[in-house]
Amino acid sequence: MRAGARPAAEPRWLAPFVVACLFLLCLLPLFSLAKAGFAGLVSGHSIGVLMEPATSAAIRNTLLTATGGMVVSVLIGALFAFAVALTDVRGKLTLSFAFMLPMMIPPQVTALAWVEMTGPASPLLKTLGLAPPLGSPQPLYSLSGISLLLGVQHAPLVFLALKAGLSASPRDGVEAARLAGATPFRVFCDIVAPLSLPGLIAGAAIAFVSSVGNFGIPAILGIPAGIAVLPTLIYARLASFGAGTFGEIALLSSLIAVIAAAGLMLQQRALSGKDYRIIGLSGANAAFSLGRFRPVVELALVAILFSVLVAPLTALLASSLVPAYGVPLNWQTVSLRAYEEILFRQSMTLKALGNSMFLATSAALGLLAVSVPAAYLMTRRKGMLANALGILIEIPYALPGIVLAVAFILTFAAPLPLLNVSLYGTIWIILIAYFSSFLAVSLKPVMSAFLQMDPSLEEAARLAGAGFLRRMRDVILPLVAPAAGASIILVFLIAANELTVSALLWSAGTQTLGVAIYNLDDSGSSDLAAALSVLVVMMVVLLMAALEALARYLPEGVLPWRN
Amino acid sequence: MAQLILNHLTKDFGGGRPAVADVSLTVREGGFLALLGPSGCGKTTVLRMIAGFEHPSDGSIDFGERRLSDASRALPPERRNMAMVFQSYALWPHMTIAENVGYPLKVRGISGEAWQASVGEALSLVKLTDYAERRPAALSGGQRQRVALARCLVTSPDVVLLDEPLANLDQHLRKSMEETFRIFHERSGATMIYVTHDQAEAMALATDVAVMSEGRLMQVAPPAEIYARPEGAIVGGLIGRGSVLRLAVPKGAPRALEWPALRAALGGIGMEGAGNGTVRDVLVRPEHVRHDGEGIALRVTSCVFEGERFALTLSLSDGQLLKAYGDSAIAPGETARFVMSRGWLL
Repeated sequence: MRAGARPAAEPRWLAPFVVACLFLLCLLPLFSLAKAGFAGLVSGHSIGVLMEPATSAAIRNTLLTATGGMVVSVLIGALFAFAVALTDVRGKLTLSFAFMLPMMIPPQVTALAWVEMTGPASPLLKTLGLAPPLGSPQPLYSLSGISLLLGVQHAPLVFLALKAGLSASPRDGVEAARLAGATPFRVFCDIVAPLSLPGLIAGAAIAFVSSVGNFGIPAILGIPAGIAVLPTLIYARLASFGAGTFGEIALLSSLIAVIAAAGLMLQQRALSGKDYRIIGLSGANAAFSLGRFRPVVELALVAILFSVLVAPLTALLASSLVPAYGVPLNWQTVSLRAYEEILFRQSMTLKALGNSMFLATSAALGLLAVSVPAAYLMTRRKGMLANALGILIEIPYALPGIVLAVAFILTFAAPLPLLNVSLYGTIWIILIAYFSSFLAVSLKPVMSAFLQMDPSLEEAARLAGAGFLRRMRDVILPLVAPAAGASIILVFLIAANELTVSALLWSAGTQTLGVAIYNLDDSGSSDLAAALSVLVVMMVVLLMAALEALARYLPEGVLPWRN
Repeated sequence: MAQLILNHLTKDFGGGRPAVADVSLTVREGGFLALLGPSGCGKTTVLRMIAGFEHPSDGSIDFGERRLSDASRALPPERRNMAMVFQSYALWPHMTIAENVGYPLKVRGISGEAWQASVGEALSLVKLTDYAERRPAALSGGQRQRVALARCLVTSPDVVLLDEPLANLDQHLRKSMEETFRIFHERSGATMIYVTHDQAEAMALATDVAVMSEGRLMQVAPPAEIYARPEGAIVGGLIGRGSVLRLAVPKGAPRALEWPALRAALGGIGMEGAGNGTVRDVLVRPEHVRHDGEGIALRVTSCVFEGERFALTLSLSDGQLLKAYGDSAIAPGETARFVMSRGWLL
């Protein structure tokens, strides 16, 4: 026997490897942010930014739009969650799938689609003869417009949080209340509502935090109207680079982090004392029968889906098919010129497509090399280390992407020590930032696969005589393979469409799809932006369908639109 | 083949009392030891320390001359040449039955004809030859159990560990699996350690029964001995369905009490100083209490028909309860005379 051999299941290098990766991806950027922010405060070059009227206006706008967005998200998300989780409406899977789409569609595409739907130049409205006269203002270029779209974008988050809580609520509890003589309405008020409150609060908090950090929607709707929020302010500051810029953006993104943290703390306060452990059988399958109101509710749900999903996407499609700005769409005018242009003429879009594919593929595959060992370690090792790793992973997940992007700029602006190479301005800084941003996305499916795996499966392999790498190859990897596949597709899906991080980190030659769409729209080529967006939406739907096809082999809870 | 020796084995997970405290026992070569105790008594932790999944906080585990574990170092499970039947069976869902059974051989570098032959033999022993190419999901609970057993069989391990293997099976299947285990033990000659909370299982299968309670080993003895001569109130209460009575017993009385001594002790209840001895725990088994006109009058507090007999609960004059079996029903509340043919001083 080898002296000092331990019974611990993993080899010695595993824990240091995971800890080092998580430190690099989760903690190091935060340190740099804190350091630069502190330096900015001390040196006095940057402190002025906090006093400027533009900053206070941006703070006000950020709070207003994020709160407005949260209210819209809660209204729509709760309606769908209650209908799908608790009633007997038909086509639940289709409804859930369609309702999740707005979250998967990149925000700048959502914004673009809505702009194409509503403005005086809307090809859709023109075709239908409903367009307002030319020159009338675009109603979405306003605080309420931004709030509305933030709400639509993040409603699926409320839906998910609430549905998770509701599907865990005890069916016997509802049935017992009915037998005790309560009407369905009383049951809803006395049993279901209190039990679903924690999920609702959690969902509202996530929607708020996501709205605070959203860049795509306020960039497309706010910049033309001169409405700045904190993320767009950071973007503008970075564009007009000056002596105190690093300090300024560090301070501004710290403000975002503070607002996000305050939102999460408020959530903690609201949740405290509301830990209702579910006792009894869970699984609320059609606890309430809608009876003759069922068609009415179904119609309402479809109408909402139509107005937040179908109509904007149709408008987007229409815009991509018109030959020129402002022309109504009909059989005579329909043209594929925009697609031709972006696919065969514009080298910029092709470059962006290539970059995004490279970034998304590398992030999806590369993250697996971190998330599989991390998930293994966190499920096998209980105690301090696992808890610490869990907290580390939550940091980049809770931080808005824009804050993370700034943190990475600050970390890698200076040349790397020893190598003397600067990552700033290269595609690698975007890749590292993606690793950090999407670590939690990659980890979640793998983690649930590990959690649902009976540990004795590995123990049996150990007793059979298999060492660590052998067990990994023969037993563990085959069992987590479906979840790893889901993890790859999810990360790819989100990374390929990402804008917030790359908007700050791109430079000539490293633009991503998200940046390309934004730049096309910004430079007035809304038809090209629309065509590229249509392609992106098609890719999103295809990837989600691929995941759906994989659903049978996945552990529970990996696909958000399934129960 | 050698003895498995646990020496002052202790495991402390760091929360209050240790999960396993100072357990010393020797399992003889080829023995079949049942580790019996209520849930949470530490028996599974002992098993997992023998397998090498847990690291002892103190003490040691040896197999013959070979040190398997102590507080400072441990041989990893993959090099112990042991096998285990897990409570959940732990069959790998992505492998066929034959691949599951043959995996320990594959890891040992055995393939081709030799692999086929060993796997075929193991499968035929558990009567699953026809299922070789199926996946575990297509099998019933009892069949999965047999696959897990075949996987243990295939490499002739030194020690086979069984962690409540029958807990998830229905009553009928349990009986036939007990038989399979017994045959398996005879054929393989391996030392077997069987964790259970079911005393009937332990009695039926094991050559030795070790009773654990709250992390401590209470007694190790062959089944008949532990039933007839349990040590202490915990073992006495755990094994069989006997009643532990507090009775005044004269000093110097033999541990096996006969009816005259028991009658004297029962007669002393309630009379101060009448019993010329100290109050001790006396185990009285229900099969040794019978309805008899010669006996002492006791009140019946409940009478339950159990099929083959009636189970009676009797109340002594001071309120202590005593279990008895009877051939006929006696209405609760009535008084009848009973004789206790045997008692055991704990």
